[in-house]
Amino acid sequence: MLLIEDIHKSYTQPNGAPLPILDIPKFEVAAAEQMVIVGRSGCGKTTMLQVIAGISTADSGSVRIDGLDICRLSEEGRDKFRAEKLGYVFQTFNLLSGFTAFENVMLGMTFTRKSSDRNRARHLLERVGLEHRMDHKPRSLSVGEQQRVAVARALANRPRLLLADEPTANVDPANQQAIIDLIRESCQEEEISLVMVTHAVEVADQFQRVEPLENINRLAKPAKDVA
Amino acid sequence: MSLWTIAWRNITQRGTASALTAFSMSLGVLLVTAVLSVHGLIAKSFMDNSTLGYDLIAGAKGGKLQLVLNTVFYLSEPVENLPYSFYQEFLTAEQQAAELKDMSVENRGKLEDGYYASDTSLAIPVCLGDYYKRFRVIGTLPKLFDDITLDYENNTGYDFSEGRNFEIWNEENGYFEAVVGSIVANETGLKIGDKIVATHGSSDENADVHDDSPFILVGILKSSGTPNDRAVFVNMEGFYLMADHSKPVEGDEEAVASENEAGVKAKRKPLPLKNREVTAILIKTASPFAPIAITNQVNEGNVAQVVQPIMEIFALFKVIVDPIKTVLLVLTIIICFVSGISILVSIYNSMSERKHDIAVMRALGASRKAVMGIVLLESILLSVGGGMLGWIGGHLMLGAFGPTIEAKTGVAIGFFDIAPSSKALDAYLPFGIMISTEFLIIPGLILLAIIVGFLPAYTAYKTDVANALNNS
Ligand SMILES: Nc1ncnc2c1ncn2[C@@H]1O[C@H](COP(=O)(O)OP(=O)(O)OP(=O)(O)O)[C@@H](O)[C@H]1O
Ligand SMILES: [Mg+2]
Repeated sequence: MLLIEDIHKSYTQPNGAPLPILDIPKFEVAAAEQMVIVGRSGCGKTTMLQVIAGISTADSGSVRIDGLDICRLSEEGRDKFRAEKLGYVFQTFNLLSGFTAFENVMLGMTFTRKSSDRNRARHLLERVGLEHRMDHKPRSLSVGEQQRVAVARALANRPRLLLADEPTANVDPANQQAIIDLIRESCQEEEISLVMVTHAVEVADQFQRVEPLENINRLAKPAKDVA
Repeated sequence: MSLWTIAWRNITQRGTASALTAFSMSLGVLLVTAVLSVHGLIAKSFMDNSTLGYDLIAGAKGGKLQLVLNTVFYLSEPVENLPYSFYQEFLTAEQQAAELKDMSVENRGKLEDGYYASDTSLAIPVCLGDYYKRFRVIGTLPKLFDDITLDYENNTGYDFSEGRNFEIWNEENGYFEAVVGSIVANETGLKIGDKIVATHGSSDENADVHDDSPFILVGILKSSGTPNDRAVFVNMEGFYLMADHSKPVEGDEEAVASENEAGVKAKRKPLPLKNREVTAILIKTASPFAPIAITNQVNEGNVAQVVQPIMEIFALFKVIVDPIKTVLLVLTIIICFVSGISILVSIYNSMSERKHDIAVMRALGASRKAVMGIVLLESILLSVGGGMLGWIGGHLMLGAFGPTIEAKTGVAIGFFDIAPSSKALDAYLPFGIMISTEFLIIPGLILLAIIVGFLPAYTAYKTDVANALNNS
């Protein structure tokens, strides 16, 4: 389902010198598989997700999703790929503040060629337990509720792959578990592959496959070296 | 959810700023609408004035425009006069005999068909030079109101709101009957039966007063929105009998004076032809080719000139009114442009806060073009929305002031009148665009919106998604 080969990615430092972040020889996720990436701060987890999503471009290598190499796509092609095949939950500030919870979910379907389905948006908000908060703007939702709306939005376009970047970083433990359960159940129901980044050991422990980033990325240093 | 909805949400999110910028655009467009409508009003009243019912004006050689201003608008410095015999050139012997039936053969001479009579279907003499208060006095013949057709479709001419047309002569008032326009009647309070005493040469209070020859008001014209509303029409025969209105002819001042000193109005004799002059002759020609023939022949001679008033009016319009309209329009369009800039500032200021929103939409699959489009749509919604409000406001204003405007100018205007009659005017002008300028407002606003929206839209276009997501 997801196959990364020979990805190299470096940022440019303020002094102009390259700052290599990713060197991934091979990384694979099967269809409907759920896995977790862990790793210390700054080792390149977000960068890796953004490369998979086509938000950042790799310097070389390939990222295949269902056989389609997004590194070969034009920018517009990658936009379309995200709109149709991908769900993405960020760590914070997922939602557009001027839009209600319902509208934020609708945004998840706006940029696809398929027509937006109001019933699906309503169904997803019910699924995340927010049917009574549909017309609330984000500022009148708790952080946990906002993240649940973000999950609903990430699922709106029936993605093949869901990327979740520390989705519970700012949420209390009770809510954290609820959100994790929600993500896992939804992915299972709709046969979506899940790649999730987390710092929380209790979350990582629930997954069969947990990969420290240093196992994937040659440039990431093991957590114990820093500690 | 459509891009329109997203754009609208973004606008409502910046509620106050959006409302203010849209409002400033409303004001700009309201002013544009007002300028266009006022110009239309002026154009319309010019048009109304140019359905004169005659197609040529003959007058003494001199300024064409001045002749038109004098005879059509009753404005400007008086012009030179023509001998009465020139007027006769436009009449058949029969017509002359009918008009001069009270005159002794020795005073009128032998009557012959006029040189231009066959080309003329109607010729009306006009004598200018006197005033009643601030209003021009026009000495003419009853056929001005009897025979002129203003509206060919309905075959209607001048209407009287009170009384009747004056007559050349009758028992009661002799040669001294008069008719006034509606504004004259309103302003002076003149009523049927009142006396009108003209002053000579100017509207100055101290000018010579012709109190020897008061005219009796017998009719008040209906308001027409034309200069006729501001004029006093007196019988030309009576006009000639006023002191100083007889052209001195060598050797016979005595005779004229003694003949007319009798005192009793009804008994006074008409002025002999040799002592008569006319200021202008209004001519309705008999065939489509006649105007050119008459114009060429008259203008070749050295006595008189013939002008086509419609041409002169349009020339005047082009020279005076159009430039004023252009200046006002440019000013108001600048106002719209400034409002456009305020939209630009309002959207542009919000762009830094919106970087993150844009990045999120991009992450959800929105293309660069889509986020750019959203910002442009915001700009279009603000300027077109605000502009439409201003446009409606402008027309509401016209609707509200319509009755007042109609009372003052005779031009009817209401809510649904779209820049009245610049259309009608354009129809007469070569290469005139046939659509009302008002219909250019909307495309103009959209263009303006795109121009001012471009900078923030481009900022949206350039937003670096990864960066914006990481820095929130
Ligand atoms: N635009 C950029 N330009 C230069 N360096 C960058 C840029 N973005 C990220 N980096 C650097 O790349 C490294 C990896 O960043 P990344 O955000 O992927 O880390 P992370 O593993 O997600 O960390 P965290 O767990 O704190 O979210 C960091 O050292 C960061 O400073
Ligand atoms: Mg990160």
